[in-house]
Amino acid sequence: MNNMTETLIPKIGVITDVRIDTPDIKTFRVVTPDGKKAFDHRPGQCAMLSVPGVGEAMFSITSSPTNEDYMEFSIKKCGCVTDWLHQAEPGQQITIRGPYGKPFPVDDVFAGKDLLFIAGGVGLAPLRSVINYCRHYRDRYGKIDIVYGSRSKDDLLDYQEIIEEWSTDAGVNVHLTIDNPQEGWDGHVGFVPNYVKELGFDTNKVAVLCGPPIMIKFTLDGLCSIGFDKTDIYTTLELRMKCGVGKCGRCNVGAKYVCKDGPVFRCDELDELPAEY
Amino acid sequence: MRKCSLDKINLVFAEIAKNAALYLPVDQNDGSAAYKKWEEGTVWSNALNTVRSPKDFFFPQTEDLMAFKVEGKNIEVMDTRSESEDFVVFGVRACDVKSFDILDRVFLTEPVDSFYGSRRQHGIIISLACTRPSETCFCKTFGIDPSEPAGDISAWKTETEIFFLANTEKGEELLNKLSALTEECDDSAVNAQKEKITAIMDKLPLKELKTDAFGGGKTNELFDAPEWAELSQSCLGCGTCTFVCPTCQCYDIKDFNTGNGVIRYRCWDSCMYSDFTKMAHGNNRLTQKERFRQRFMHKLVYFPENNDGEFSCVGCGRCLAKCPISMNIVKVMKKIGGNKSE
Repeated sequence: MNNMTETLIPKIGVITDVRIDTPDIKTFRVVTPDGKKAFDHRPGQCAMLSVPGVGEAMFSITSSPTNEDYMEFSIKKCGCVTDWLHQAEPGQQITIRGPYGKPFPVDDVFAGKDLLFIAGGVGLAPLRSVINYCRHYRDRYGKIDIVYGSRSKDDLLDYQEIIEEWSTDAGVNVHLTIDNPQEGWDGHVGFVPNYVKELGFDTNKVAVLCGPPIMIKFTLDGLCSIGFDKTDIYTTLELRMKCGVGKCGRCNVGAKYVCKDGPVFRCDELDELPAEY
Repeated sequence: MRKCSLDKINLVFAEIAKNAALYLPVDQNDGSAAYKKWEEGTVWSNALNTVRSPKDFFFPQTEDLMAFKVEGKNIEVMDTRSESEDFVVFGVRACDVKSFDILDRVFLTEPVDSFYGSRRQHGIIISLACTRPSETCFCKTFGIDPSEPAGDISAWKTETEIFFLANTEKGEELLNKLSALTEECDDSAVNAQKEKITAIMDKLPLKELKTDAFGGGKTNELFDAPEWAELSQSCLGCGTCTFVCPTCQCYDIKDFNTGNGVIRYRCWDSCMYSDFTKMAHGNNRLTQKERFRQRFMHKLVYFPENNDGEFSCVGCGRCLAKCPISMNIVKVMKKIGGNKSE
């Protein structure tokens, strides 16, 4: 037996809870077979989950590192592995390895600052980790604004938590929006980029964006047009990955590997990279 | 330095093979050469190089990573790694020896790839100086001297003799085991041969090929060069260049259901393939232009940027010989590098 540690060899994870979040997103709670957290992580980092015989894929860890009991993954049904996971029931074992990637700079850059989180659709999944981390250490950060939009009310991820916990926190303002008017919805209607401009935030804060590429593009343009500097805006990238450690050669954008140099990038760093993401 | 008569080379092979599997280039029926395991009667090839590079020895085309036992909702992960056996690769050319340094930079960087790392620990490289570099050779462009091959032991072959020089502890140990078959000698014959090789190198058609236009930090300058469209136009996306390349190391990980369990294996992959970056929600390299550009930008810009200026090409010339449409890194370097003179 070769006794070298090997990052490609995963641990066993047990799905202990499956929450139906939206028609196509479920949140899976995962622990090791002895009921512990599989490993520690930082906000924004990812993990490789696999279903033996089906495949392995990279997912952002949506639970906060401050949760010491388990990890959660919000997963949209859109491919082989995710289709399979969506059929899984509690008790199902999967494999898990990680953590991978560079986290959000929560303990240095973000410290003491007002924070603006902007998410679209399942893009809330990676932000939930950092939002809950910042809520946990509330006194380390200034005012927190969260702008979150989805196609419809039913497509809003973590709706319960947003309404019952985030919205009731002191110094946390939640701004929800949906793309089209809907019965039973008296909140804002419209796309995220426009809503951000309407809300017109003061620019003395750090912004974190995550969502579909088109939303990121227009929101980034919008933030810059109201005076934000790209050095104060962070986002996360997602490309196809196999190894998670910068060796299999497929998730690079220029000389950077999303798996190890990302997934978190500052927007001015992204400008330095070729537009191939 | 030690030497022995070529008449005794099979005795040398037999001695090496006593303690470790010995692989060396052997002529194939189609006139090409390939690495084969030596056994009594195996004839060492005179070919300049093998069609496939010796990267297979450390990074095989396919290898099992682990196995899973799946029972109901339960999974068991089985570490199928076994301790590698010692092996010796004989007759590796200077370009290919250099390729191992490049692969090391990928696989031995933290977190170390234990599959590759274990083979590196157990493998001994006996290199061989080139006596007649060919018109597809351009190792010199990447600072490689075919008359001074590295490796655990360097070897030089003349008409009648073979000379050995140990470069590492592992090499020293192996050369000591060959002491009854070899004799101590000075380096005059080897030096004379080095001069001959240098003279041939100066006449090679690709001797002027330069890397000046490439290297880390050149991404923005070269990424949008209009030449990529023309260069990639006829690329078939067959991936042959990546498979024969001694430094290409992109891989895929796949699961195979054996009927009573699952094997997770790794296999070579190619950035030239259309599904290489294809995800459920899209593909960031949609056409062959992007894929073609990725391969050369990686070797000539991205890799040096991340690896102290080291290029990920050793000038072995395999892609020049094997591309079905005669496209290759030399043409790319000339066109993109602005050095269009032949």
